[in-house]
Amino acid sequence: MVEIEINGKKIEAAQGSMIIEVADQHDVRIPRFCYHKKLSVAANCRMCLVEVGDVRKPLPACATPITQGMKVFTRSKLALDAQRAVMEFLLINHPLDCPVCDQGGECELQDLAMGYGRDVSRFNLGKRAVSDHDVGPLIETEMTRCIHCTRCVRFGKEIAGLHELGVMNRGEHLEISTLVGRAITSELSGNMIDVCPVGALTSKPYRFSARAWELTQRPGIAAHDGVGSYIYAHTIHNEVKRIVPRECEALNETWVSDRDRFSYEGLYHKDRVLTPKIKRNGHWEEVNWSDALAFAAERLRAVSDTQGADALGALASPNSSCEEFYLFQKLMRGLGSAHIDHRLRQHDFSDENQFAAYPHSGVTLTELAKADVILLLGSIVRKEQPIVAHRIRMASLTGATVLVVNPLDDTFQFNVASKQIVPGGDLLLGIAKIAKALVAGSEKIKPSAAIAEFLKDITVDDTAQQQANYLKDAKQAVIFLGALALNHPQAAAIRGMADFIAQHTQTTLGLLCEGANSAGAYLMGAVPHRLPGGQNSTKQGESTQAMVLSEKINAMILLGLEAEYDLAYAHRAQKALKNMQTVIALTAYQTPHLLNYAEVILPITPSAEMAGTFVNMQGDTLAFSALTSPQGQSRPAWKILRVLANLLAIEGFDYQTLEDVQQEIAPHLTTAKPTQRWSFAAPQLELAERLRIAPVPIYAQDPLVRRATALQHTPDAAFGGVRINSAEAQALGLAQALEVLVRQQECEVRLPLVIDEHIPNGAVYLASGIPETRDLDGAYEAIYLEQVVDNHA
Amino acid sequence: MSTISLNEVCMRTLGLENPWSMASYEKIGGYKIWRKIVTEKTPPEQIIEQLKLANLRGRGGAGFPTGLKWSFMSRNTPGQKYVVCNSDEGEPGTFKDRDILRFNPHQVIEGMAIAGYVMGATIGYNYLRGEFIEPFERCEQALNEARAAGLIGKNILGTDLNFELHHFLGAGAYICGEETALLESLEGKKGFPRFKPPFPANYGLYGRPTNINNTESYASVPVILQKGGQWFLDLGVPNNGGTKIFCISGHVNKPGNYEIPLGTPFKTLLEMAGGVRGGKQLKAVIPGGSSVPILPGATMMQLNMDYDSISKAGSMLGSGGVICMDENTDMVKVLERIAYFYYEESCGQCTPCREGTGWLMRTIKRIVSGKGQMRDLELLISVSDNIMGRTICALGDAAAMPVLSFIKHFRSEFEAYIQNG
Repeated sequence: MVEIEINGKKIEAAQGSMIIEVADQHDVRIPRFCYHKKLSVAANCRMCLVEVGDVRKPLPACATPITQGMKVFTRSKLALDAQRAVMEFLLINHPLDCPVCDQGGECELQDLAMGYGRDVSRFNLGKRAVSDHDVGPLIETEMTRCIHCTRCVRFGKEIAGLHELGVMNRGEHLEISTLVGRAITSELSGNMIDVCPVGALTSKPYRFSARAWELTQRPGIAAHDGVGSYIYAHTIHNEVKRIVPRECEALNETWVSDRDRFSYEGLYHKDRVLTPKIKRNGHWEEVNWSDALAFAAERLRAVSDTQGADALGALASPNSSCEEFYLFQKLMRGLGSAHIDHRLRQHDFSDENQFAAYPHSGVTLTELAKADVILLLGSIVRKEQPIVAHRIRMASLTGATVLVVNPLDDTFQFNVASKQIVPGGDLLLGIAKIAKALVAGSEKIKPSAAIAEFLKDITVDDTAQQQANYLKDAKQAVIFLGALALNHPQAAAIRGMADFIAQHTQTTLGLLCEGANSAGAYLMGAVPHRLPGGQNSTKQGESTQAMVLSEKINAMILLGLEAEYDLAYAHRAQKALKNMQTVIALTAYQTPHLLNYAEVILPITPSAEMAGTFVNMQGDTLAFSALTSPQGQSRPAWKILRVLANLLAIEGFDYQTLEDVQQEIAPHLTTAKPTQRWSFAAPQLELAERLRIAPVPIYAQDPLVRRATALQHTPDAAFGGVRINSAEAQALGLAQALEVLVRQQECEVRLPLVIDEHIPNGAVYLASGIPETRDLDGAYEAIYLEQVVDNHA
Repeated sequence: MSTISLNEVCMRTLGLENPWSMASYEKIGGYKIWRKIVTEKTPPEQIIEQLKLANLRGRGGAGFPTGLKWSFMSRNTPGQKYVVCNSDEGEPGTFKDRDILRFNPHQVIEGMAIAGYVMGATIGYNYLRGEFIEPFERCEQALNEARAAGLIGKNILGTDLNFELHHFLGAGAYICGEETALLESLEGKKGFPRFKPPFPANYGLYGRPTNINNTESYASVPVILQKGGQWFLDLGVPNNGGTKIFCISGHVNKPGNYEIPLGTPFKTLLEMAGGVRGGKQLKAVIPGGSSVPILPGATMMQLNMDYDSISKAGSMLGSGGVICMDENTDMVKVLERIAYFYYEESCGQCTPCREGTGWLMRTIKRIVSGKGQMRDLELLISVSDNIMGRTICALGDAAAMPVLSFIKHFRSEFEAYIQNG
């Protein structure tokens, strides 16, 4: 610690801190543009010039480290003259078009010009104009307003990890630009809008739709991934106009992902259903709430009375709130059915009883910074959990080694020390090779009989050996199982093998579950084998897949999901639903597919229009309130479930307010992270010879984001086609094909073929959760590609 | 004039046959010192001591004592270190490094090798101005000769010493002559100066400790070591040791490079350059490259060509680019040209320089076009003051100083433009 003086006030601060940091901590405001606490110091705007001791020239507070006894004057004549001079320079070429600028009213330049600018300009020459660039559907540019602080450039380079913006030309001709004709593609790109101190980079979807001072700011929680980023919604006339980050150092710091920022557009999509509907004699008709609920109750009762409660099933989106999960399972269990699940895209449930009270990430995002080795197992983490990917990048920049075992090669925004791209989707083999290398390298490691037997015939290759060495030498390693591992048909064995490695190295194992509230779903009992609070259920229900495929369920209630996009077996699921006696959809959106298989549509509100609670991947309980009130006649699902239960005469649904529900669930929301352990058992299921690798693209994760228009126009949302490598194409006789006939089960779709060497042998990349593949079947299932034969050719 | 010793240090190969060849260089004792250092493993402190005794000051313009600079970086600091030579000679009115590289490239190589030895750097880069095609080829040829003779490269003269040298051609930006912008450029990045501290001695090329000197500074080192620091010091005047190359240009009869002892009266230098063209009066002189304040001719005639004398008169010795202007010179138009140069060459990183250089240039242009107003002069002074001392590198100062000094000394000419249109 050293002692310095700022404006005569004695202050103790850590050696090496910059003047501006110390000033900020003590509420001494020093004007600045290029300085940003999360970015490197550029010292180029010169706005933060202050007087320091006897130094004749003013010094930039952002780049001047404090020293013992230093005397800083932020408002002396020398400092103010310098600051005012810089402001004058900044304004001479700035268009001053605040009345038509979206940044007006929340502009750092405008604010500081109030304090440091002149009322009349001494500059009477022509101003500079700069042509704009189309950098994609999310960010609007107005480069004439740019003051060249390079925050956006540094954000791209340092935080996003993609150097997509740069500084072109020199002097007065300086321009911030992408490479010629390129768009900005980072999944964190929207943060450039926030870091831009002027109106050069603004939000394209928000453009010209409100003024900052008309907006109401409401705190919320983002509902798309397991982080639960803190956000603010800016609303006007009961409409969300934009989402910006709310600072939370433990979770999203000062950032949010583009998915969290721009998905609000989906709230106002034309698919939004705002009136209850029922299908009578094959025709849909709009009805009032009481008729709709009475009809739904009657249909459920009919199935239950004739075929027993075991014919009733329930599926909920992992983005549902704890309150919804809780009432949903209470309704089902009240009806006598335990068939409830939220694990929509998973295949393997054989180890479900070994799960802890809830699945979690093992380490918190802050703890991740301390990890020296991070192994990503089956995860395209950038697209699944952008904020986690950012944290991994930060860890990697401070020295952590990142290892990858994936069923396809993908790019990362951090250095990957060693990549194992497993052919044929065989993640188990990949992780087993590492286990084998560890066992072979140490006599102390005693594998269980099941593991020893499984490892018997496995040969270790150099990559696996290298990865094993990293893990063996690690002081604090983390293995993250991503969506590609969790949704794998051998997920249980993969978990068991990963856990074996974790047990014998200094490793924590964590799951990166899909959705905003997977942990909450477990805690609320929205799984067939557990009651609220994680207690084992005496009555074991069926998992998602069994419900869909067993043909035993005849009445299904869906909560916030679309079978054709959100279920593992899109085709078979739709078929099964179609064959059921009734499907009651609590949904915010209607689609032709839904209209086909459902019988009742009860319009619910997305989480933005209701209050509730999420539990994120690290076990934090995140309560949120509504950002706006519900649209049309849509209602929060908890209210619908309550009335439905009342109509079905189920006891214990006398809630008046959401607080009543929250009181009841409070004891089940534990804060301590339970220990996660899985023992290994050889997988029951063999993988198909050539199977489909079907990640869900970043902007296809849930119904809301699938309808966010701007996000759907990003390169990430573009259909990538059917991808195989050239050797596979050769073997299949498809080397020259531009299109292929894709077959899964009995369905068949004609799709464009792309040769992509990032796809290993035995694997066909074809995304799920998207319109192009909604009539196909599941991930990791066998897939057949055939040449297209055109009759008219 | 006979007492003035000419071309004693950097230009000492002039007059020999193929002065740039290794044979010629060795004839006058070239590489003797390097061979001695390599074989005897001279303690680096001894070398630095001689440089300090010689009072060699940086010849690139800032005049920082070279011996002191070399003592910042230690041979013992672990890891890769670099020595870099700044041959990006872009200062208007300066053309000395070009001739050193053309006529005596071996001396630069020897100087850099010695620097590498002293500071424990095994890699050196000489960054040449983009237009220096002929000097580049001469340097490459010299480097090949030195390599073939085992003086540069791995296991120099069979010892365990290594020193690899590379020549790098810039791409034509004035700003890359600023040492930290030069390092950025050498790294393949945009030539933006870095904020200092940290200085290159701690965080230089690729973030490693780096020593960077001007061509003339490096080229002076072998001679100093060969003939002794005292000898060099005695060539000049106290606190201004040695010789300096002055590049005389403008309205003189014999423009060119003159390597003369520091402290030589300007009058003598002007005589050597054949006096003012056409026997006219000397109106003004920019004594150290276009960045330094201009001085009236009468003032200059009283001064000696050394750091202290020029500085006392309110200007700087700078790079040694002496631009002479006769009585017919239009000072407003000269300033217009200089202001345009800095407007064009500002890197644009810092606000005052990016915005201010254009403002200055356009305001002067307006005066030249006859549309100026009296208040424009105060504006020019104020804008210049607002740029001075508020930017990352010295280009801002370099743009401001000419404006301030031109108006100070030749205000009536500006007023005449404004009043008479």
